[in-house]
Amino acid sequence: MADVVRKGRPNRKMKIAIASGKGGTGKTTLATNMTAYLAEEDEVVLVDLDVEEPNSGLFIKGELVHKEDKYKMIPEWEQDRCTPCGICQEVCNFHAIIQLSDQIMLFSELCHSCYACSELCPTSALPMIPQKMGEMKHYRNGNLSFVESRLDIGQEQAVPLIAQTKEYIDTHFSEKMIKFFDAPPGTSCPVIEVTKDVDFVILVTEPTPFGLHDLKLAVDTMRELNRNYGVVVNRHGIGNNDVLEYCQNENISVLAKIPNDRSIAELYSRGELVYQKIPAVKEHLIKIRDQILELKNGEAK
Amino acid sequence: MKIAFTTKGTEWDSMMDPRLGRTEFILLYDEETSEFSHYDNRAIEHIAHGAGPKTVQKLFELNPDILITGNGPGGNAAAALRNAPIKIYIGAGEMTVKEALSAYKNGELMSF
Repeated sequence: MADVVRKGRPNRKMKIAIASGKGGTGKTTLATNMTAYLAEEDEVVLVDLDVEEPNSGLFIKGELVHKEDKYKMIPEWEQDRCTPCGICQEVCNFHAIIQLSDQIMLFSELCHSCYACSELCPTSALPMIPQKMGEMKHYRNGNLSFVESRLDIGQEQAVPLIAQTKEYIDTHFSEKMIKFFDAPPGTSCPVIEVTKDVDFVILVTEPTPFGLHDLKLAVDTMRELNRNYGVVVNRHGIGNNDVLEYCQNENISVLAKIPNDRSIAELYSRGELVYQKIPAVKEHLIKIRDQILELKNGEAK
Repeated sequence: MKIAFTTKGTEWDSMMDPRLGRTEFILLYDEETSEFSHYDNRAIEHIAHGAGPKTVQKLFELNPDILITGNGPGGNAAAALRNAPIKIYIGAGEMTVKEALSAYKNGELMSF
Protein backbone atom coordinates (compact mmCIF):
# COMPACT_ATOMS: atom_id res chain seq x y z
CA MET A 1 0.00 0.00 0.00
CA ALA A 2 2.86 2.32 0.84
CA ASP A 3 4.22 1.86 -2.69
CA VAL A 4 0.98 2.98 -4.25
CA VAL A 5 1.06 6.09 -2.14
CA ARG A 6 4.64 6.90 -2.98
CA LYS A 7 3.89 6.68 -6.70
CA GLY A 8 0.78 8.71 -6.26
CA ARG A 9 2.35 11.39 -4.13
CA PRO A 10 2.11 14.57 -6.12
CA ASN A 11 5.29 16.53 -6.55
CA ARG A 12 3.62 19.81 -5.78
CA LYS A 13 1.90 21.44 -2.88
CA MET A 14 -0.80 19.44 -1.20
CA LYS A 15 -2.90 21.40 1.21
CA ILE A 16 -5.61 19.62 3.10
CA ALA A 17 -8.12 21.34 5.35
CA ILE A 18 -9.98 19.53 8.08
CA ALA A 19 -13.31 21.23 8.58
CA SER A 20 -16.79 20.45 9.79
CA GLY A 21 -20.11 22.09 10.07
CA LYS A 22 -20.80 21.08 13.62
CA GLY A 23 -18.22 21.68 16.33
CA GLY A 24 -16.83 18.89 18.46
CA THR A 25 -16.97 16.22 15.77
CA GLY A 26 -13.27 15.36 15.88
CA LYS A 27 -11.42 17.77 13.59
CA THR A 28 -8.52 18.22 15.97
CA THR A 29 -8.38 14.53 16.83
CA LEU A 30 -8.14 13.69 13.15
CA ALA A 31 -5.72 16.53 12.35
CA THR A 32 -3.27 15.74 15.15
CA ASN A 33 -3.36 11.97 14.70
CA MET A 34 -3.11 12.14 10.92
CA THR A 35 -0.18 14.54 10.91
CA ALA A 36 1.69 12.75 13.69
CA TYR A 37 1.22 9.49 11.83
CA LEU A 38 2.33 10.90 8.45
CA ALA A 39 5.32 12.53 10.13
CA GLU A 40 6.65 9.08 10.94
CA GLU A 41 7.70 8.97 7.28
CA ASP A 42 7.27 12.40 5.73
CA GLU A 43 7.80 16.05 6.40
CA VAL A 44 4.40 17.37 7.44
CA VAL A 45 3.05 20.71 8.61
CA LEU A 46 0.05 20.97 10.87
CA VAL A 47 -1.46 24.44 11.11
CA ASP A 48 -4.08 25.19 13.73
CA LEU A 49 -6.20 27.90 12.14
CA ASP A 50 -8.99 27.72 14.68
CA VAL A 51 -7.51 30.95 15.98
CA GLU A 52 -10.33 31.69 18.39
CA GLU A 53 -9.62 28.53 20.33
CA PRO A 54 -6.62 26.63 18.97
CA ASN A 55 -6.24 23.28 20.71
CA SER A 56 -4.11 21.07 18.48
CA GLY A 57 -1.22 22.15 20.69
CA LEU A 58 -2.67 20.08 23.51
CA PHE A 59 -1.71 16.96 21.56
CA ILE A 60 1.39 18.04 19.65
CA LYS A 61 4.48 18.87 21.63
CA GLY A 62 7.60 20.30 20.12
CA GLU A 63 10.40 22.77 20.38
CA LEU A 64 9.40 26.39 19.85
CA VAL A 65 11.38 27.63 16.85
CA HIS A 66 9.66 30.92 16.11
CA LYS A 67 7.12 33.23 17.65
CA GLU A 68 5.72 36.51 16.41
CA ASP A 69 3.01 39.01 17.21
CA LYS A 70 0.50 39.55 14.44
CA TYR A 71 -0.94 42.94 13.59
CA LYS A 72 -3.79 44.28 11.55
CA MET A 73 -4.00 47.79 10.18
CA ILE A 74 -6.72 50.09 11.44
CA PRO A 75 -7.29 53.81 10.94
CA GLU A 76 -6.55 56.36 13.62
CA TRP A 77 -8.43 59.65 13.66
CA GLU A 78 -6.37 62.82 13.66
CA GLN A 79 -8.85 65.43 14.78
CA ASP A 80 -6.66 68.41 13.84
CA ARG A 81 -6.70 67.47 10.16
CA CYS A 82 -10.39 66.46 10.01
CA THR A 83 -12.74 68.84 8.18
CA PRO A 84 -15.24 66.80 9.00
CA CYS A 85 -16.75 65.96 5.61
CA GLY A 86 -18.28 62.55 6.41
CA ILE A 87 -16.79 60.71 3.43
CA CYS A 88 -15.18 58.12 5.73
CA GLN A 89 -18.44 56.96 7.24
CA GLU A 90 -20.12 56.90 3.83
CA VAL A 91 -17.50 54.61 2.29
CA CYS A 92 -17.15 52.21 5.23
CA ASN A 93 -18.98 49.00 4.32
CA PHE A 94 -18.68 47.68 7.85
CA HIS A 95 -19.97 50.66 9.83
CA ALA A 96 -16.70 50.68 11.70
CA ILE A 97 -16.47 54.45 11.47
CA ILE A 98 -19.23 56.94 12.22
CA GLN A 99 -19.50 60.67 12.33
CA LEU A 100 -21.31 62.21 15.28
CA SER A 101 -21.56 65.93 14.45
CA ASP A 102 -17.88 67.00 14.31
CA GLN A 103 -16.57 63.88 16.05
CA ILE A 104 -15.40 60.70 14.31
CA MET A 105 -15.79 57.42 16.18
CA LEU A 106 -13.95 54.24 15.28
CA PHE A 107 -14.94 50.69 16.12
CA SER A 108 -11.69 48.88 15.49
CA GLU A 109 -13.19 45.45 16.04
CA LEU A 110 -15.57 46.06 13.13
CA CYS A 111 -12.80 47.32 10.85
CA HIS A 112 -11.81 45.01 7.98
CA SER A 113 -8.60 46.92 7.17
CA CYS A 114 -9.85 47.81 3.68
CA TYR A 115 -8.19 51.26 3.78
CA ALA A 116 -11.19 52.94 2.06
CA CYS A 117 -11.68 55.62 4.71
CA SER A 118 -7.97 56.25 4.97
CA GLU A 119 -7.34 56.47 1.22
CA LEU A 120 -10.42 58.55 0.45
CA CYS A 121 -10.02 61.06 3.27
CA PRO A 122 -9.29 64.35 1.47
CA THR A 123 -7.17 65.67 4.34
CA SER A 124 -5.38 62.40 5.27
CA ALA A 125 -6.88 62.54 8.73
CA LEU A 126 -7.16 58.74 8.99
CA PRO A 127 -3.69 57.22 8.77
CA MET A 128 -3.57 53.42 9.13
CA ILE A 129 -1.69 52.15 12.15
CA PRO A 130 -0.89 48.59 13.25
CA GLN A 131 -2.93 47.05 16.06
CA LYS A 132 -1.89 43.76 17.65
CA MET A 133 -4.51 41.08 17.04
CA GLY A 134 -2.79 37.88 18.08
CA GLU A 135 0.25 35.69 18.21
CA MET A 136 1.66 32.96 15.99
CA LYS A 137 3.90 30.17 17.23
CA HIS A 138 5.91 27.67 15.23
CA TYR A 139 7.05 24.42 16.86
CA ARG A 140 9.05 21.54 15.52
CA ASN A 141 9.07 17.88 16.51
CA GLY A 142 11.11 15.70 14.14
CA ASN A 143 9.38 15.63 10.76
CA LEU A 144 6.38 17.46 12.10
CA SER A 145 6.17 21.22 12.06
CA PHE A 146 3.31 22.70 14.01
CA VAL A 147 2.12 26.27 13.63
CA GLU A 148 -0.68 27.76 15.66
CA SER A 149 -2.16 31.23 15.83
CA ARG A 150 -4.17 32.59 18.68
CA LEU A 151 -6.39 35.66 18.54
CA ASP A 152 -6.06 38.12 21.43
CA ILE A 153 -8.95 38.43 23.84
CA GLY A 154 -11.37 41.07 22.60
CA GLN A 155 -10.43 40.68 18.94
CA GLU A 156 -13.46 39.72 16.88
CA GLN A 157 -12.05 38.97 13.48
CA ALA A 158 -10.35 35.68 12.79
CA VAL A 159 -9.88 36.16 9.05
CA PRO A 160 -6.88 38.55 9.03
CA LEU A 161 -4.95 36.33 11.44
CA ILE A 162 -5.80 33.20 9.44
CA ALA A 163 -4.71 34.91 6.21
CA GLN A 164 -1.40 36.04 7.70
CA THR A 165 -0.73 32.58 9.15
CA LYS A 166 -1.34 31.00 5.74
CA GLU A 167 1.08 33.51 4.22
CA TYR A 168 3.70 32.43 6.74
CA ILE A 169 3.12 28.80 5.78
CA ASP A 170 3.43 29.59 2.06
CA THR A 171 6.67 31.50 2.50
CA HIS A 172 8.34 29.22 5.06
CA PHE A 173 7.58 25.70 3.86
CA SER A 174 8.33 23.94 0.62
CA GLU A 175 5.50 23.49 -1.86
CA LYS A 176 6.22 19.79 -1.81
CA MET A 177 5.37 19.36 1.84
CA ILE A 178 2.02 18.02 2.97
CA LYS A 179 0.13 20.66 4.90
CA PHE A 180 -2.88 20.12 7.09
CA PHE A 181 -5.06 23.03 8.19
CA ASP A 182 -7.20 22.49 11.25
CA ALA A 183 -10.18 24.76 10.52
CA PRO A 184 -12.69 26.30 12.90
CA PRO A 185 -16.19 24.78 12.93
CA GLY A 186 -19.08 26.33 11.07
CA THR A 187 -19.31 27.74 7.56
CA SER A 188 -18.63 31.45 8.06
CA CYS A 189 -15.79 33.68 6.85
CA PRO A 190 -12.98 32.05 8.88
CA VAL A 191 -13.82 28.64 7.38
CA ILE A 192 -13.93 30.13 3.88
CA GLU A 193 -10.55 31.75 4.47
CA VAL A 194 -9.05 28.39 5.53
CA THR A 195 -10.56 26.27 2.77
CA LYS A 196 -10.81 28.57 -0.26
CA ASP A 197 -7.53 27.50 -1.86
CA VAL A 198 -6.75 24.06 -0.45
CA ASP A 199 -6.49 20.94 -2.60
CA PHE A 200 -8.81 18.86 -0.47
CA VAL A 201 -11.21 19.32 2.41
CA ILE A 202 -12.02 16.59 4.91
CA LEU A 203 -15.41 17.25 6.47
CA VAL A 204 -15.66 15.52 9.82
CA THR A 205 -19.14 14.84 11.08
CA GLU A 206 -21.02 12.66 13.51
CA PRO A 207 -24.03 10.52 12.55
CA THR A 208 -26.62 12.55 14.42
CA PRO A 209 -29.35 14.97 13.25
CA PHE A 210 -27.15 17.89 14.35
CA GLY A 211 -24.17 16.41 12.53
CA LEU A 212 -26.22 15.96 9.36
CA HIS A 213 -27.76 19.42 9.49
CA ASP A 214 -24.38 21.13 9.76
CA LEU A 215 -22.74 18.74 7.30
CA LYS A 216 -25.23 19.83 4.64
CA LEU A 217 -24.26 23.46 5.22
CA ALA A 218 -20.58 22.54 5.00
CA VAL A 219 -21.15 20.55 1.78
CA ASP A 220 -23.05 23.48 0.23
CA THR A 221 -20.14 25.73 1.14
CA MET A 222 -17.55 23.42 -0.39
CA ARG A 223 -19.62 23.10 -3.58
CA GLU A 224 -19.87 26.88 -3.78
CA LEU A 225 -16.10 27.12 -3.36
CA ASN A 226 -15.63 24.33 -5.91
CA ARG A 227 -13.38 22.33 -3.57
CA ASN A 228 -12.62 18.62 -3.59
CA TYR A 229 -13.94 17.15 -0.41
CA GLY A 230 -14.85 13.94 1.36
CA VAL A 231 -16.59 13.06 4.59
CA VAL A 232 -15.26 11.29 7.66
CA VAL A 233 -17.99 9.96 9.92
CA ASN A 234 -16.68 9.99 13.47
CA ARG A 235 -18.30 8.18 16.39
CA HIS A 236 -19.94 5.81 13.94
CA GLY A 237 -22.54 3.70 15.73
CA ILE A 238 -24.29 6.49 17.62
CA GLY A 239 -27.31 8.35 16.23
CA ASN A 240 -28.76 7.06 12.99
CA ASN A 241 -27.98 6.23 9.39
CA ASP A 242 -29.07 9.51 7.83
CA VAL A 243 -25.59 10.94 7.31
CA LEU A 244 -24.50 7.89 5.32
CA GLU A 245 -27.71 7.91 3.30
CA TYR A 246 -27.27 11.59 2.57
CA CYS A 247 -23.69 11.03 1.39
CA GLN A 248 -24.79 8.15 -0.81
CA ASN A 249 -27.65 10.11 -2.35
CA GLU A 250 -25.42 13.11 -2.97
CA ASN A 251 -22.59 10.98 -4.30
CA ILE A 252 -20.16 12.20 -1.64
CA SER A 253 -17.15 10.02 -0.77
CA VAL A 254 -17.19 8.69 2.77
CA LEU A 255 -13.49 8.38 3.53
CA ALA A 256 -13.88 6.54 6.83
CA LYS A 257 -16.29 5.57 9.55
CA ILE A 258 -14.42 5.82 12.81
CA PRO A 259 -16.31 3.82 15.44
CA ASN A 260 -17.63 5.33 18.66
CA ASP A 261 -15.20 3.95 21.20
CA ARG A 262 -14.84 5.00 24.81
CA SER A 263 -11.12 4.25 24.83
CA ILE A 264 -10.61 6.85 22.05
CA ALA A 265 -12.34 9.45 24.20
CA GLU A 266 -10.25 8.48 27.21
CA LEU A 267 -6.97 8.88 25.33
CA TYR A 268 -8.14 12.17 23.87
CA SER A 269 -9.11 13.53 27.25
CA ARG A 270 -5.63 12.75 28.54
CA GLY A 271 -4.12 14.70 25.64
CA GLU A 272 -2.70 11.58 24.01
CA LEU A 273 -2.57 10.62 20.36
CA VAL A 274 -5.02 7.84 19.64
CA TYR A 275 -3.52 6.00 16.67
CA GLN A 276 -0.43 4.90 18.60
CA LYS A 277 -2.58 2.95 21.05
CA ILE A 278 -5.52 1.85 18.92
CA PRO A 279 -4.48 0.04 15.72
CA ALA A 280 -7.97 0.34 14.19
CA VAL A 281 -7.63 4.14 14.21
CA LYS A 282 -4.32 3.89 12.40
CA GLU A 283 -6.00 1.75 9.74
CA HIS A 284 -8.58 4.47 9.26
CA LEU A 285 -5.88 7.12 8.93
CA ILE A 286 -4.16 5.10 6.23
CA LYS A 287 -7.46 4.63 4.44
CA ILE A 288 -8.24 8.33 4.55
CA ARG A 289 -4.77 9.30 3.33
CA ASP A 290 -4.86 6.86 0.43
CA GLN A 291 -8.31 7.92 -0.69
CA ILE A 292 -7.40 11.61 -0.64
CA LEU A 293 -4.39 10.92 -2.84
CA GLU A 294 -6.48 8.78 -5.13
CA LEU A 295 -9.25 11.35 -5.43
CA LYS A 296 -6.72 14.08 -6.03
CA ASN A 297 -4.83 12.14 -8.64
CA GLY A 298 -8.11 11.24 -10.32
CA GLU A 299 -8.99 14.89 -10.48
CA ALA A 300 -5.55 15.77 -11.86
CA LYS A 301 -6.17 13.53 -14.91
CA MET B 1 -38.87 68.63 22.56
CA LYS B 2 -38.20 65.94 19.91
CA ILE B 3 -38.81 62.35 20.94
CA ALA B 4 -37.55 59.33 18.96
CA PHE B 5 -38.97 55.81 19.24
CA THR B 6 -37.60 52.50 17.94
CA THR B 7 -40.64 50.89 16.31
CA LYS B 8 -41.95 48.13 14.09
CA GLY B 9 -44.36 50.47 12.25
CA THR B 10 -45.16 54.09 11.50
CA GLU B 11 -48.39 54.67 13.49
CA TRP B 12 -49.16 55.64 17.07
CA ASP B 13 -50.62 52.16 17.51
CA SER B 14 -47.57 50.40 16.03
CA MET B 15 -45.57 48.17 18.31
CA MET B 16 -42.25 49.37 19.64
CA ASP B 17 -39.16 47.53 18.38
CA PRO B 18 -37.22 46.38 21.45
CA ARG B 19 -33.96 46.55 19.45
CA LEU B 20 -32.02 49.74 18.90
CA GLY B 21 -29.37 48.90 16.31
CA ARG B 22 -31.69 46.72 14.27
CA THR B 23 -34.92 48.61 14.81
CA GLU B 24 -37.19 48.58 11.77
CA PHE B 25 -38.21 52.24 12.03
CA ILE B 26 -37.30 55.31 13.99
CA LEU B 27 -40.41 57.38 14.72
CA LEU B 28 -39.99 61.05 15.52
CA TYR B 29 -42.51 63.11 17.43
CA ASP B 30 -42.05 66.83 17.85
CA GLU B 31 -44.04 67.93 20.91
CA GLU B 32 -44.10 71.63 20.00
CA THR B 33 -45.44 71.23 16.50
CA SER B 34 -47.15 67.83 17.05
CA GLU B 35 -45.31 66.83 13.89
CA PHE B 36 -44.96 63.10 13.37
CA SER B 37 -42.39 61.58 11.00
CA HIS B 38 -40.48 58.38 10.54
CA TYR B 39 -37.24 56.98 9.18
CA ASP B 40 -37.28 53.53 7.54
CA ASN B 41 -34.30 51.60 8.95
CA ARG B 42 -35.21 48.19 7.51
CA ALA B 43 -32.14 48.03 5.24
CA ILE B 44 -30.22 47.25 8.45
CA GLU B 45 -31.57 43.70 8.31
CA HIS B 46 -29.10 42.84 5.57
CA ILE B 47 -25.93 43.98 7.27
CA ALA B 48 -24.06 41.43 9.34
CA HIS B 49 -22.11 43.70 11.68
CA GLY B 50 -22.10 47.29 12.75
CA ALA B 51 -25.88 47.78 13.03
CA GLY B 52 -25.44 49.65 16.32
CA PRO B 53 -23.04 52.32 15.07
CA LYS B 54 -24.99 52.75 11.83
CA THR B 55 -28.31 53.35 13.55
CA VAL B 56 -26.72 55.67 16.08
CA GLN B 57 -25.24 57.65 13.21
CA LYS B 58 -28.78 58.07 11.87
CA LEU B 59 -30.09 59.04 15.29
CA PHE B 60 -27.45 61.74 15.47
CA GLU B 61 -28.63 63.16 12.18
CA LEU B 62 -32.28 63.08 13.30
CA ASN B 63 -31.17 64.82 16.48
CA PRO B 64 -33.93 64.04 19.00
CA ASP B 65 -33.76 65.17 22.64
CA ILE B 66 -35.07 61.87 23.91
CA LEU B 67 -34.92 58.28 22.65
CA ILE B 68 -37.45 55.73 23.87
CA THR B 69 -36.53 52.11 23.16
CA GLY B 70 -36.77 48.57 24.55
CA ASN B 71 -33.73 46.52 25.44
CA GLY B 72 -31.33 49.40 25.37
CA PRO B 73 -28.24 49.84 23.22
CA GLY B 74 -25.65 47.11 22.78
CA GLY B 75 -21.94 47.66 23.34
CA ASN B 76 -21.06 49.59 20.18
CA ALA B 77 -24.26 51.64 20.13
CA ALA B 78 -23.83 52.50 23.80
CA ALA B 79 -20.26 53.63 23.19
CA ALA B 80 -21.43 55.85 20.34
CA LEU B 81 -24.37 57.24 22.30
CA ARG B 82 -22.11 58.26 25.15
CA ASN B 83 -21.14 61.23 22.97
CA ALA B 84 -24.74 62.12 22.21
CA PRO B 85 -26.84 64.76 23.89
CA ILE B 86 -29.75 62.31 23.74
CA LYS B 87 -31.49 61.06 26.87
CA ILE B 88 -32.31 57.37 26.55
CA TYR B 89 -35.23 55.60 28.20
CA ILE B 90 -35.56 51.81 28.01
CA GLY B 91 -38.08 49.12 28.88
CA ALA B 92 -40.76 50.05 26.33
CA GLY B 93 -40.10 47.08 24.04
CA GLU B 94 -43.46 45.37 24.54
CA MET B 95 -45.64 48.49 24.23
CA THR B 96 -47.28 50.42 21.41
CA VAL B 97 -45.78 53.80 20.60
CA LYS B 98 -48.74 55.51 22.30
CA GLU B 99 -48.28 53.41 25.44
CA ALA B 100 -44.54 54.06 25.41
CA LEU B 101 -45.08 57.83 25.30
CA SER B 102 -47.51 57.79 28.20
CA ALA B 103 -45.22 55.46 30.17
CA TYR B 104 -42.44 57.96 29.63
CA LYS B 105 -44.66 60.87 30.68
CA ASN B 106 -45.67 58.99 33.83
CA GLY B 107 -42.04 58.35 34.67
CA GLU B 108 -42.44 54.59 34.31
CA LEU B 109 -39.45 54.04 32.00
CA MET B 110 -35.92 53.51 33.17
CA SER B 111 -33.31 55.96 31.99
CA PHE B 112 -30.23 54.34 30.48
